Amino acid sequence: MARTGPTSIARRTLLWLAALIIVCIIAVSGGVLSGAASWAPKLGLDLEGGTQMILEPKVEGNGSVSADQLNQAVSIIRQRVDGSGVSESQISTQSGKNVVVQMPGAPTDEQRALITASANMNFRPVIVSSEAAAGAVPVAQRTPADKLPKPTAKPTNFSDPNWVDAAVMKEYEATSCVAPTTPPNTSADPAKPMVACEADSGFKYILGPVEIPGNLIQTASYGLQTGAQGATTNQWQVALTLKKPEGAAKFKEVTQRLYAKYLANQNDPQARFAIVLDGNVVSAPASQAVITDGQSSITGNFTEDSAKALADQLKFGALPISFTIQSDEQISATLGLQQLEMGLLAGLIGLALVVIYSLFQYRALGLVTIFSLVIAGGLTYLAIILLGWSENYRLSLAGVAGIIVSIGQTADSFIVYFERVRDELRDGRGLVAAVENGWMRAKRTILASKAVNILASLVLYFVSVGNVKGFAFTLGLTAVADLIVVFMFTHPTLQLLARTKFFGEGHHFSGLDPKQLGAVPLYRGAGRFRSPEDTLAVSKGKNSRAAGEAERRQTIAERRLAAKEAEMVGSRGAGAKKAEPSDDFKESK
Amino acid sequence: MKSFATFGNELYTGERSYEFVGKRKIWFSIAGVAVLLSLLVPLLGGGFNFGIEFRGGSQFTISNVANTSPSIGEKAVSEGAPGTVAVVTNIAGKTMQVQTDRLSDDQTSKVKKALTTAYGVSNDQVTSTFVGPTWGQDVSRQAIIGFIVFVLLATLMMALYFRTWRMSVAAIVGLLVVMVVTAGIYAASEFEVTPSAIIGFLTILSYSLYDTVVVFDKIRENTADIKTSTRRTFGEEVNLAVNQTLVRSINTMMVAVLPVGSILFIGALLLGAGTLRDLSLALFIGIIVSTFSTIFVAAPMYAWLRGKEPELLKQAKKVKARRAAETVDA
Repeated sequence: MARTGPTSIARRTLLWLAALIIVCIIAVSGGVLSGAASWAPKLGLDLEGGTQMILEPKVEGNGSVSADQLNQAVSIIRQRVDGSGVSESQISTQSGKNVVVQMPGAPTDEQRALITASANMNFRPVIVSSEAAAGAVPVAQRTPADKLPKPTAKPTNFSDPNWVDAAVMKEYEATSCVAPTTPPNTSADPAKPMVACEADSGFKYILGPVEIPGNLIQTASYGLQTGAQGATTNQWQVALTLKKPEGAAKFKEVTQRLYAKYLANQNDPQARFAIVLDGNVVSAPASQAVITDGQSSITGNFTEDSAKALADQLKFGALPISFTIQSDEQISATLGLQQLEMGLLAGLIGLALVVIYSLFQYRALGLVTIFSLVIAGGLTYLAIILLGWSENYRLSLAGVAGIIVSIGQTADSFIVYFERVRDELRDGRGLVAAVENGWMRAKRTILASKAVNILASLVLYFVSVGNVKGFAFTLGLTAVADLIVVFMFTHPTLQLLARTKFFGEGHHFSGLDPKQLGAVPLYRGAGRFRSPEDTLAVSKGKNSRAAGEAERRQTIAERRLAAKEAEMVGSRGAGAKKAEPSDDFKESK
Repeated sequence: MKSFATFGNELYTGERSYEFVGKRKIWFSIAGVAVLLSLLVPLLGGGFNFGIEFRGGSQFTISNVANTSPSIGEKAVSEGAPGTVAVVTNIAGKTMQVQTDRLSDDQTSKVKKALTTAYGVSNDQVTSTFVGPTWGQDVSRQAIIGFIVFVLLATLMMALYFRTWRMSVAAIVGLLVVMVVTAGIYAASEFEVTPSAIIGFLTILSYSLYDTVVVFDKIRENTADIKTSTRRTFGEEVNLAVNQTLVRSINTMMVAVLPVGSILFIGALLLGAGTLRDLSLALFIGIIVSTFSTIFVAAPMYAWLRGKEPELLKQAKKVKARRAAETVDA
């Protein structure tokens, strides 16, 4: 019974591992069939070729950006990149201060300038509005050149239709605010009218020149509207405060003009002003009162989220975000491919060397190492594919290096384990017991040391920038894969192998030959301890050094007797272990 | 090959023993000299050779060129951006590298075009990199923060696991020796210090402590009941533990160094400067130094730190007394 226990547990563990692998494979297969995943890992930019720009957003006035501002910067960049027609780009943040833009291929100079331009917010009055989602006017239906508006007089104020000249009208007709959208004009001259889209609604506008620049905004917040009786309604609103006195004065001027138009016709587009961020209209409210103190509220069909978004945009609008290029890399696909090939080649050579070394050191046991490495590799591969699918994880060159480096650290778990088993054999235990006891000790060491590895990769992942992250990630991933393999494959396999004839009888090539491990003299010399100690250790799973401890707990007289016996046996047996007292004698000198 | 297993057996029983603890003064002196040299080499040799990521500038890499003459590249750069000084090197095989001061976007694309035509390669074989002057500093600052956070957490973790702060101290001293010596050797190699090299250094952090924890765990096992045992003194038990795990230390070092060595070989020989080479050089040195540092610095340091404890001194006396009695009897 004592023997079937561990065996069936070992078998069950192996089955669980097989089930885990099969589930992963099925998941990936499903993904591949549905077209969402691929059997090849997604490659990072340095392997696939492409462009990577690392931009550091800076806020006018104070150097550092807050987390909210960083997210704002990311969404600005994302809009620009998507708007510029670059597909499959990735925009992410790095260590809480940088924005990383990665895209396949090389952007044109215009696209590059667009991405790195500084973002700012300002208010422009609306002159013309499509009042509905509008695409570009088909070329055939566009206003012929001679019918295009020709301003008759100089514009008197910023809402004056006289701003709309032939060029602006042509641009307005050519602009599309529904997919495929025209890229926003982020570098519009603040002193001139512009054409812009409102992303949510798809409305198309001609806007007057900048009337209130973003830096006149004091702050903005959002909350529930208060009704006439002072009770809160369930309508969300955004409260906007302008800086006094300049902002408030300007806002008064604007709202006076727009409110007059509002009174004349509630639906007049010219009663509205547009909040423009980075060339996009964020919101275009109508002026329903004259605001004299710079404190106004914007109402409409807000949800909590949209109210918060607008308040954030207004708040950050006060601080124009500019971007400094930290690094700008264009990697040729050829170089990337070359690096990947070389990396894989290096990995294969390294793996082959490890295989040869393990076979040389551990004989047949080396095969267990190799199978374990293969399974650890398989698990890592599946994890990378699954993460590539679900989290868009891309393998970088540093990541490949991380995997290659981890071969050694993964193999070390097996080395630690095998060495402990060998130590047990040297103590004179049978293989089955040696495997169990060796495992009890090795398990602790492996867990403690892998904890160091995982800690290191976690710290590196969260603290570091650039490709250190990719490296830390694969290092952590392989450490976890290693733990799974050593617990679910290597140990159960060894448990089963210990019961085979080849290993159990310590075949010369098994790598666990007691004779080779010098365990024989102990069998003979301390033979009388062996069998009871052994069974005791197995049945109770007692600490491995039981034999050694028992030896230590002897009285001095017993000790000398045993030593003398051992010495006598030792002098008879060839290559026997030296007896303890003579050893001590040597040391005490 | 019977000898290596026999070697392991002899180490295990104590029949063969190297005095890692006993001769600690020698080992500490050697480590001290190595640390001193490692500090002096960069100072005397003009410091580290910082890569473009730290200096800031523009860099172009051209793959698969037919003619590896640097003058072609120099001429192309002066065409694209007149007045710019370019350093053109053939970094490996058919790969050329051109480094210049920071170029504007406009200049970059002009130089890139000039290089493409000059070396007669297609557009997708030229890689350009522009690095702002603070990028490298950012990477290293984050790396230093990572280093400090990791060391603090690891110290705490080891102190909790081993139930003694002295093991943490010994392990961290060993780690510092590894970092300084590795940095010194790296500086002596005159390879450029790039963010990839920094990654290598950070990995050594993890490897070095990992290696130390494995050996210390064996020491913990061997010395668990030291206070009731008169078999060996504390120092001897530590020494035995290091000897018993010596085979593992050698095997682990070999298995870890083999793949890294093959990356280094391939990287240096076939690819030239780049992520793979810088990373693997730092690791290659670091792994070997770590193995030595654990055995010769961390373990003897631990024995030395605890050797002065009154209880252990008493225990050492008991061991001595028992041995004296036995010697007389024999």
